[in-house]
Amino acid sequence: MIKRVITGNEAVAYAMKQIDPEVVAAYPITPQTQIIEKYAEYYAKGEVSGELIDVESEHSAMSAVVGAAGAGVRAMTATSSQGLALMLEIVYIAAAMRLPILMPVVNRALSGPINIHCDHSDTMMAANSGWLQFYSENNQDVYDNCFIALKVAERVNLPVMVCQDGFITSHSIEDISLYKDNVIKKFIGEYKPKYNLLKKEITMGPFDMFDYYFEHKRKQAQAMFDSVKVIESTFKEFSLISGRRYDFFEEYKLKDAEKVIVMIGSTYGSARDVVDSLRNNGELVGILGIRVFRPFNFKLLKKKLEKIRNIAVMERYDPLSGFGGILFNEIRSSLSRNDIVEYIYGLGGRDVDDSQILKVFKEMNNGKELIRYVGVRE
Amino acid sequence: MQNLKKWKELEDAGNILDKGNNEENDVSGWRSFRPIHIREKCIDCMICWSVCPDNAVISGDGKFIKFDYTKCKGCLICLNECPVNAIRSEKEK
Ligand code: SF4
Ligand code: SF4
Repeated sequence: MIKRVITGNEAVAYAMKQIDPEVVAAYPITPQTQIIEKYAEYYAKGEVSGELIDVESEHSAMSAVVGAAGAGVRAMTATSSQGLALMLEIVYIAAAMRLPILMPVVNRALSGPINIHCDHSDTMMAANSGWLQFYSENNQDVYDNCFIALKVAERVNLPVMVCQDGFITSHSIEDISLYKDNVIKKFIGEYKPKYNLLKKEITMGPFDMFDYYFEHKRKQAQAMFDSVKVIESTFKEFSLISGRRYDFFEEYKLKDAEKVIVMIGSTYGSARDVVDSLRNNGELVGILGIRVFRPFNFKLLKKKLEKIRNIAVMERYDPLSGFGGILFNEIRSSLSRNDIVEYIYGLGGRDVDDSQILKVFKEMNNGKELIRYVGVRE
Repeated sequence: MQNLKKWKELEDAGNILDKGNNEENDVSGWRSFRPIHIREKCIDCMICWSVCPDNAVISGDGKFIKFDYTKCKGCLICLNECPVNAIRSEKEK
């Protein structure tokens, strides 16, 4: 392994270079991230063998990638916030067409108001699009997730988003261990597409009436159910090259905890420090971070949390639903509990300091309100 | 709906692996307009035969024989492309 000090964006671009997909199609300007800027640099220097296609919008980026994946090659794009919103129509289609596209997404707030900073409103908008979703706490995580996610995607024929927190990890420098090219090549293996438009005259993406739409959707849904087992075994295989044993959920001091916060993304790192300081005062607190959000492994989640007395979900987007967000609802329904509280936090890149996490630990078992806010000026 | 396949029997994504399989389907119900051949004007150039997307023009000996009205969906591409206006249309009732 090679030690490097790089940003989350560079870590993803490096992973893409090592995967070396035949086609990358991307919109080259904002809201695009430095992932593609860095990848374009590799391309210009001839360090990657695939094609890089600049397109006129994210809608076209996803369309081009769907076309390439249909033609039986590894195809990728990357995006963020409004870019994901613009391509959403084709995002759903890519999943329904069962194309194993890898798309790194840098989580940034959706407009409006216009904002460029971190929250999870973009990928939560696509949480039910039929894509697998992997989230990352730090730069090592996002780098590793790219390889695991690609391998899973190609095994179950579903596309996958690898998400990281905008600016917090995407622009922050951290030391990470990179794998040698040959180790990655061996891990991801050669891509053998199940269907290939160029090999045989087939039709992809045809029209369905009421007599078949439901059956095709049912089949697509099964791929998501079946992916749980595949992800388990892929985590195991990845641990052999990395020494890191990942799981659907990351836990910290959960075993004897009485109060637990569930969260997604980089906040998990700061929350660990808060857990340590509270435990020094004898408080039994712990945290659970979500690495794989789609598929949602509700059985494992239940096992992890069923004995916990007080649970709060911290959600970094506002569902504007008159109730809680998607994560909140998944946790409540997995546990069949209605005493879990939701804290919406960190919108539009609002700084999340220890005091906010402390406040959640202190107050989660007080009061009747189910949906709460932390870090907003009251 | 007895002959319809169950979900486990289907290809992923509804992919269709065989060519020209619309031959199995009766699409006559899709038609709003029906193409009608005018023998006296026809010069048997076979342009209609080559442009019809659903092989609904039957030919023989290099000549126009007839429309197959179970396969014809009424798009009227043939009517548009016929160089001598030997195809007219009638509204389906
Ligand atoms: S109307 Fe369309 S489908 Fe029918 S014969 Fe003409 S071209 Fe073919
Ligand atoms: S295109 Fe017109 S002229 Fe030519 S074969 Fe068809 S009907 Fe006849």
